[in-house]
Amino acid sequence: MAGTITFEPIDRYNAFLATCNNASHGSGKLAGVPVAIKDNISTKDIETTCASKILKGYIPPYDAHVINLLKAEGAAIVGKTNMDEFGMGTTTENSAFGPTLNPCDTSRVPGGSSGGSAAAVAAGMVRMALGSDTGGSIRCPASFCGIVGLKPSYGRVSRYGLIAYSNSLEQIGPLGKTVNDVSTLMSVIAGYDRHDTTSQDKPYNHTPAAEIKGLKIGIPQEYFGNGVDPDVAGVVKKAIGRLEELGAVTVPCSIPSMEYALAAYYVTTSCEASSNLARFDGVRYGPAPDTKKPWHDAYTEVRSAGFGTEVRRRILLGTFALSSGYYGKYYAKAQVARANVRADFNRIFKDVDVIAGPTMPTVAFKLQEKSDPLSMYLADILTVPANLAGIPAISVPCGKSEGMPVGLQIMGRMFEDERVVDVAYAYEQAVN
Amino acid sequence: MVTENDVQHIADLADVGIGDAEPGMFTHQFNAILEYFDILDRVEGSGEVTRDLYNILREDEIEPSLSQEEVLKNAPATEDGFIKAPRVM
Repeated sequence: MAGTITFEPIDRYNAFLATCNNASHGSGKLAGVPVAIKDNISTKDIETTCASKILKGYIPPYDAHVINLLKAEGAAIVGKTNMDEFGMGTTTENSAFGPTLNPCDTSRVPGGSSGGSAAAVAAGMVRMALGSDTGGSIRCPASFCGIVGLKPSYGRVSRYGLIAYSNSLEQIGPLGKTVNDVSTLMSVIAGYDRHDTTSQDKPYNHTPAAEIKGLKIGIPQEYFGNGVDPDVAGVVKKAIGRLEELGAVTVPCSIPSMEYALAAYYVTTSCEASSNLARFDGVRYGPAPDTKKPWHDAYTEVRSAGFGTEVRRRILLGTFALSSGYYGKYYAKAQVARANVRADFNRIFKDVDVIAGPTMPTVAFKLQEKSDPLSMYLADILTVPANLAGIPAISVPCGKSEGMPVGLQIMGRMFEDERVVDVAYAYEQAVN
Repeated sequence: MVTENDVQHIADLADVGIGDAEPGMFTHQFNAILEYFDILDRVEGSGEVTRDLYNILREDEIEPSLSQEEVLKNAPATEDGFIKAPRVM
């Protein structure tokens, strides 16, 4: 039944940038279910800022495709969630509107960049939320906040209306408290959309099934090696043991291209960001440039005031990496590295059905713990491979370390999102 | 190695500006990051990419789109139905 719901949460964690106090909804699969939306997804008549000052006051004149799909199934769009500015970050501290706090421990970050979406779900303010995942931005905050998050296969969910940062990697995806909720949300947002030229005609009509007897799970040694907190690795190994008890068979494997996957990821995203973010000059939206000044001066004024430090850092890095004389050393090499990552996964998936490991190498950081950009980038080492390869990956809570949630990551073959959901579901059902 | 001058030059190219204290900070950070990126020198392979996805193009036909009013709604400065931009000459 169509109607209106009242949404006036006490936002202790700065999860929301905007809320709709009276959110209307229709009927359908999600009738009246409050859904929060990451603030880089366009919502008609609701301010959409990407947590950046440069889009303060921007009111999209149209809905992203996923928003149309949510509305068609009756969902109530109740608010826009905080994030790292334009999705650039692993903590949600890079928001122009203040950090989001982790509901499990407010002295810690919720992860990022979809930290507001994850915190809103973890705190019970909404049942489910949309995020986007370029190098782990759904799975990382899901892991840090103790909820479930799915990065769908590249091309499975339309990105029409997603404000782009790194097109060749990013996907919109669902976050929820349970695998069932994540699966339900995925079933609403997946499918072909002619407005996204990378869209694939692969709808998702799946009900999670907990049967994993005989399933072969690859365990990459790199996911339990240097840089991974031993306690976190232990919790995840125990969870994989649980999957074995359910009848799955584990197979050791190796992803040698992990050695340079992170570098390839940051070169690629910085280059794409430097190109994508060129559009923010204040002319069509955002703060007004001084039209009397020469355009370089006018745009520099708008962009230096409007972009935060991390965004400018990545634009600079990307501009440098693409500049004459460096293209071959950085961007071209990164694309070869990326092909090698994909080849590694293809080889492993000939022998196994899914790959399992930790989502993040540690539990949630303390606020302001990661002040050096490179050390922050290194935290993404276990999530970026799935984006480079385009494959589906899910994070499901699998225990605690230092009293904080740990995420088990399941990666699958291209377009086998259903299978990673099933494995996560089997685990969740076994432990609950 | 990049220098503060390099960083200033890139900032000029990208129109992002750079504050008084920033050239030193960015230069220091970029050198650490670029040193890490050097690992890409070890990448071997042909780089031949098998693509599963191709751009899907359509005929260029006139279709309904946003109204002029909607398109101009977010522009901070407009005149006679046009968007005002800084001068380029």
